Formats: sequence, structure tokens, C-alpha cells
Amino acid sequence: MDPSVENSVKAVRRSKEEKKVLRKQLKASHTLLKHEGISTAPQPTKSLVVANGGLGNGVGREELSTVLKEMGEVETLLMPPQKPYAFVTYRSEESAQRAHVHLNGQKLQCGENSVTLYLSYVDSVTCEEENSVPLPEGLLLVEDFVSPEEEALLLAAIDWSSTNDDVTAQKALKHRRVKHFGFEFRYDNNNVDKDKPLPAGLPEDCLPVLERCVRNGHINIMPDQLTVNQYESGQGIPPHVDTHSAFEDTILSLSLGAKTVMEFRHPDGRLVPVVLPGRSLLVMKGESRYLWTHGITPRKFDVVPACDPESPAHTTSDLGPNRNLTLSKRGTRTSFTFRKIRHELCRCAFPSTCDSQGAASAPSPSPPSAPSIPCCHADATRLEEEYVHRVYDAIASHFSSTRHSPWPRVCHFLSSLSPGSVLADVGCGNGKYLGVNPELIAVGCDRSSALVQICAERGFQAFVSDALSVPLRTASCDACISIAVIHHFSTQERRLAAVRELVRLLRPGGRALIYVWAFEQEYNKQRSKYLKEQNKEHPGNLSPINDTSDGIQEPHGKARMHTSRHLEDNYRPGDSVQDVSKVIDGKLSVHTNRTAFNTQDLLVPWHLKEGKRQGGEESGESGKKDKRKEKSKKTSGNSSSPSSVSSKTRLDCNRDPSPVFDSSMSSGSGLDTSDATQGPDFKPKSSGDTIKKSSSILKSESESGPVPVFHRYYHVFQQGELEQLCVQVAGVKVQSSYHDQGNWCAVLEKE
Amino acid sequence: MKLLTHNMLTSHVKGVTKGFPLLIKATEVKVNEVEFNSQFVSRMIPKLEWGALVQAAEELGHRQDLPGELVPNYETNEDFLKKVHRVLLEVEVVEGCLQCPESGREFPISRGIPNMLLNEDEV
Repeated sequence: MDPSVENSVKAVRRSKEEKKVLRKQLKASHTLLKHEGISTAPQPTKSLVVANGGLGNGVGREELSTVLKEMGEVETLLMPPQKPYAFVTYRSEESAQRAHVHLNGQKLQCGENSVTLYLSYVDSVTCEEENSVPLPEGLLLVEDFVSPEEEALLLAAIDWSSTNDDVTAQKALKHRRVKHFGFEFRYDNNNVDKDKPLPAGLPEDCLPVLERCVRNGHINIMPDQLTVNQYESGQGIPPHVDTHSAFEDTILSLSLGAKTVMEFRHPDGRLVPVVLPGRSLLVMKGESRYLWTHGITPRKFDVVPACDPESPAHTTSDLGPNRNLTLSKRGTRTSFTFRKIRHELCRCAFPSTCDSQGAASAPSPSPPSAPSIPCCHADATRLEEEYVHRVYDAIASHFSSTRHSPWPRVCHFLSSLSPGSVLADVGCGNGKYLGVNPELIAVGCDRSSALVQICAERGFQAFVSDALSVPLRTASCDACISIAVIHHFSTQERRLAAVRELVRLLRPGGRALIYVWAFEQEYNKQRSKYLKEQNKEHPGNLSPINDTSDGIQEPHGKARMHTSRHLEDNYRPGDSVQDVSKVIDGKLSVHTNRTAFNTQDLLVPWHLKEGKRQGGEESGESGKKDKRKEKSKKTSGNSSSPSSVSSKTRLDCNRDPSPVFDSSMSSGSGLDTSDATQGPDFKPKSSGDTIKKSSSILKSESESGPVPVFHRYYHVFQQGELEQLCVQVAGVKVQSSYHDQGNWCAVLEKE
Repeated sequence: MKLLTHNMLTSHVKGVTKGFPLLIKATEVKVNEVEFNSQFVSRMIPKLEWGALVQAAEELGHRQDLPGELVPNYETNEDFLKKVHRVLLEVEVVEGCLQCPESGREFPISRGIPNMLLNEDEV
């Protein structure tokens, strides 16, 4: 680094200490690049990867481009969506070298957000050649459908100052302004009073536009209902399907003013973001109207294709990874939604979302039969039976196939026990900890007989029992572990009882290690693997199929707590944490895999799919093959014969958490989930999700056939909660506690 | 289920005060050879309820000539340790049940796995 450089990027004179820090950060950036599958070149090339200079990091195309161009002529600048890095290719190698020398370690200011850039040469710019995501079936976007003059006319036709509610049923919804014409859409039942038309019909200025729609065949009958929504920057609408019984097939939505991104989600998890430019008409028919939900994530910036005067207009809705993307600041957008009131039952081909065909009617924001947080013992056992025990039995084999690698710090605990110690693994799952230290006398138990069967097949000693009543002699164990178990108990009393039972098993001086899933999936500015895996599994893919979205959309209407905070000025880290223990309507919410939690009691989807890793996996695990299996079989679990098993174990234990570029970086998914403005009180008021769900098993049809989705109940622990629980048990002290890859962990010692 | 595991298991039915040791009613028993490690076995012995182990071995017909009382200086008695090794680690109950000595409640053993789950009214 040359401190004497002068250019528009402010050069900072660095002390030796700072240089050292820089070297370390560079090293870390290289390591993460490896994690992202990008190999850097040792020799100068024309192309560079710009770590931290990515859309996922809140860096806009314009800012980055300006700085890069100062180093020479830029051939291409590729900014993959959601990623914290970008690729630049210069016309000449000299320019690339100049950028490498002068921009490395420099700060780039993007609005109020500042990032430090790190550049490395790459041999080629790798961008997965994926086909752009096709629009949902039945969806059509017509750009420039109305002229700027018509736009002005239409906007002027809506008198927001009017307070005459009876005429246009104006409602100040908490997160947007809305006005109804023709018929009032009622947010209490998500339907219309078909025999109570409003005095004001559709505004006259709409008629030419509607006549054009009919003439062009976008709709074959004149709409008789209009809802006008006005969204300020940062506002949105929760995902929903318009109530089938209320409106006919075709729904027209005219976008006026600022552009926005509307997200369409299929129940199988497909997500298609569609850019809606001003003056465009969106036509929803068939599957896109009946089955896909649509919504607008409340945020202030969208990822959109960069302005390119030569690009044909119709491609602007394409958010595929090969497009030049940038950030677009949202402005005020007004949408005119034209619909035709339906007077007969809906007979569409999508009964799972059709209230006329038995699907629950729309008002409930959560899946209609989602279980409630239990308030008595009987409720709790019922909940756990259906949403824990049955699920594990059903998914045992697939679950086990995703549980290969023991967590390093659990291994460390097991290795620290003296030879010949008696270990009880209460909630042992597939037994992956039973063979970690072969010098122990290890026995496991689990509630799921299917999982215990797997332990037995691996040659371990295990039996079926409940963690609240473990049939082992009191004080018979030198150590107990309870890994990812206690978060499945649905009341505080039962969680306490589980700890008490562990302590009962211990001899005086014996130690217990407890792991529970943490509410805080980002700790000390490190995102847990659970969150990170999202990107790894779907590199560059804006619409992951199974992991980030499960087809049940944010049941409380709370947009997911985002993880990329750079874009929002008014974000306060505490905001989303304050009310987490409250559940708005007593119903459990369904978690979106690989996103941050927004409540403590929730249902976590498990997508059952043979032979494929899916999104339900907790933190800290990777898909390694378990070589321990064969070893432990040979030694029948309890043999003391020293073998290579222990050294293998130690290797695993040394696995470091993946480094990140630097502390200010939060790679990832933030852009499509970010929501800084919504508090926990944001309830969806429009026609809600109507996904039918009768138990822990949700069958969602996908193209390849039904993929069962199971839901497991979890109580995720907040910081300090595990310790507070443990100290309530007499005769035990908390020896240490820590956060490990999205888990809260405690080591207890019996007195 | 190895007898080592049996030695740790107890009945936990509500109201039962003496649920140990569980009686073994085996319909299928197998003996699996396991590599002998004298140190491991001698480390295990102090953790055991000796009387229960001998009783269990007796029930399965594998007592050999194990004494009712633990012998002194067993650490150096390889012959003794091998016998203990056999009953602790090599004899396995594949099918049958475990019975609570006090309440008579039976817990099934199937494919070597004891199912110790209780009904709601037994907890």
C-alpha cells in the first residue's frame, strides 16, 4: 500500500499496527472467498474481486463504479445480488494493478454507510450461468401502459385529503394509505360486502385505462372494484393471495410513481422478485393470482437492474444474476388494483388456497390451525407429541443423514472427561456423540425410537426414554450432555424439569453440558453458520427453493428480521428484540429457514427430501461423512481400545468458525429480507395467507411431486436465559456459559 | 442391550421407590465378541452395582463363576476381568423385556433396544 497516493478515495496514512490489521483482514477476506468458492490469482490479471464492495453490503453500483473508473477503463462490473463482493474487469492489466495497489484497504462511503474494500486478482469472473427466473405462470407485466399524462391524471383523481369515509372507504392503515372504490374491501374478513356497493363508483379517469385493458385482452370484463394503495419509502404489504371468493380470476395492478419490487412466492418456496416500474400494468391470472402470494417487503432500497439505456425495456423485470444490478432508493408509489367482484363460488384449480373449496378463509395471519403456545401441562405434552416426537420419528433417517459432524466444542467437553467416566447423552439423536471419546462408558437415550434404532445399528448403547424421566440410577453419571434438546420443551416448567433431571443423574462433582438454540443467531457481529449456510447452498441464487422460504410466509406479518443493516439509517439493533417473547395472537409462528428468529416460540420447517441436504439443520454442522461410524462399530461403543478415532475427533474439534471480511460486513441475505421499519406489531391486514395446514405435516405440491414439510416446535433461548434456568436447580452451579454458532451453552457442575 | 447398560437402568414409574435392578426376561440373547481391554474393564468396575450385575448374569445363564462379592485387587486379576468383560460387554439381550421389581411394569426390549417410555399416568 502506497500511502502517498492521491485520488478521490481518501488515502489514510497507516501505522505499522494498522498495516498489520490490514494484512489480517486481507487474509480473512481470502479465506471467505474460498468459502464462497472463488479462487484468487497470485499474479496480476485484468479482473479483481472487490470484497466488501457488494450489493449485499449496501454498496451501490454508482459509488463503486466511480471509484473503480478512476483506476482505468472498466470493461465490466459485475455485482451479484445479495453478495458482499463484486467483480471488476479492466481493459488493461495495468489498470487492474493500479486498482489493486490504490484501492486496497480504502474506505468507500455509500450514503451513511462506509465499507473497507479489499481487492484480489481473479483469473476469471465467475458468474453462475443460471437462467433467469421465469415469471409465475399467468403473470404479465406491461411496461409503459399509461403515459406520464395519464399517470398525473390518475394520481390527481385520488383525493387523499377527503375524510368522507362513506364514499371511498379511505383507511389509514398503519403501513400504507388505502382507498376503496366500488366496494369496500374489509380487512377484518378479507372480503367485500357484495350487496353494499359504495356510493362512489370507479373514478372516471380510470375508464379509458380500463377500456384499454379490455380491448387488449388483459381482462375480459370491466372491473367494478378499485383499491388504491399508497406506499411511502420503507412501507410494504405482507405476502397474500387475494381472497378467491371475493374476486374473479384476473387482477390488474397499475403502478404509478416510484418503482418497487414485488415478491411472488409459490407454496413450494420458489420466490420471484418482479420489478414494477412506474406506469406499468401487472396482470395476475390463473396460478399467479390463485396460488402464488404476492407482497412488498417493507424497505427503503431495492436491488434492481442498473439503468442501461440500450437494454430493451421488457427485461427490466429480470432480476437474474447476470443482470447488472444496483440499489434503487424507493420513493412514493401508488398502486391502483382493479378487480371484479365474484358472485359465485370460486372453482379454481388451487383448492389449497381457495376459501370456496374449504381452505381456511383469509383473515388469520398464521396458518389457521397452527398450534398455540401451551398454557397447561396437557397442552404442552400434546404440542410436543405432535410437533417434536412424531416429527423426529418421521424424519429420523433424513435427519440423521444431515447430522454427521459433532460440534467441536461438544467434542472438546467429551475429550476433557477422564477415561472410564460414565456419560449419559440425554437426547442422543443418531448417536453422533456416543463414539467421540471411546474411553468413556457412554449410553444414550432419545424420545425417538427411530433415532435410537440408528444408534443401535451403529453399535452404541441406547434406549428410548423421555428427557423428563430418564430411567438411570441417581448419581450414576460422571457427565451428562443435552445437545439441542431442551429447546423442544414448550413451557418454562418443563425446560426446568429437564435440567433438574440431568442434574439428578450426575454424581457430586459431575458435569453437564447443555446446548440450546439461540434466539441470537448473530453474536459478537458474527453470523451463525445457520444463517450463513443460506448463501453457501444457493450461491448467487435470488430465489432459493427450499431453505430460505418455506411457502408459509411470515405468519405474523412480521417481515423477517434482516441481517444486513447497512442500508437503513434508523435501524436500532434492539428494535426487533424487545418484544420477542410476546406472541401476538397466541399462535406459534412458522420460522423461515436460515433467517433470524423473530419470536422465541416457533415452528421450524423441515423439508423432507431423500438424498438431499435441506434447510432444517441447526448450526455448526457440515455435510461431512462420518468416518467414526465404522470405528465405533468395531469397538462396540464401549471398548477402550485406543484407536485413530480420537485423533480424528480432535481434528474436527479444531475446526474454526469461518472468518468474515471484517466486522462491518454481514454477508448475505439482507437485501431481500431487510426490514428496518416494521416493529413486531405489523400485522397483515390484507387478504392473508390461506395455506392449509392441519398438523405438523404440510404437504406442498411442487413440480416434482409432493414434498412433505414437517414442523418442529422450538423455544429459542435469549442471552442469559439458559443460565437463569439452570441456577433454579438446587445443588448445581453454572461453571461456564458461552455462545457457539447460534447456540447458548452452559457447563454445570453438581455440588 | 448390554448388561453394562442394564446396570445403570432403573424403573422410574411414579411411586416406585425401589426400581433397581430391573429383572430381565429375555427371549433372545446373543454373545458378541468384543476386543478385551483390561484397563477399561477395571475402570468400569467401581461404577457398577456389583450385586445387580451378578444377578443379571445369572438370569441370562452367563454368570460363569463370578463371585457374589467383588474380589479385592481385581485390577491385576486378568482372568476375573475377562469374565467381567464378557458379562458387561459381550452378552446382549436382543428380545425380551425388563420388569420393575416393585410395580411389575414391563418395559419391552426389541432389536436390542429397551423402550423405557412411560404412559402419562405413570410419570
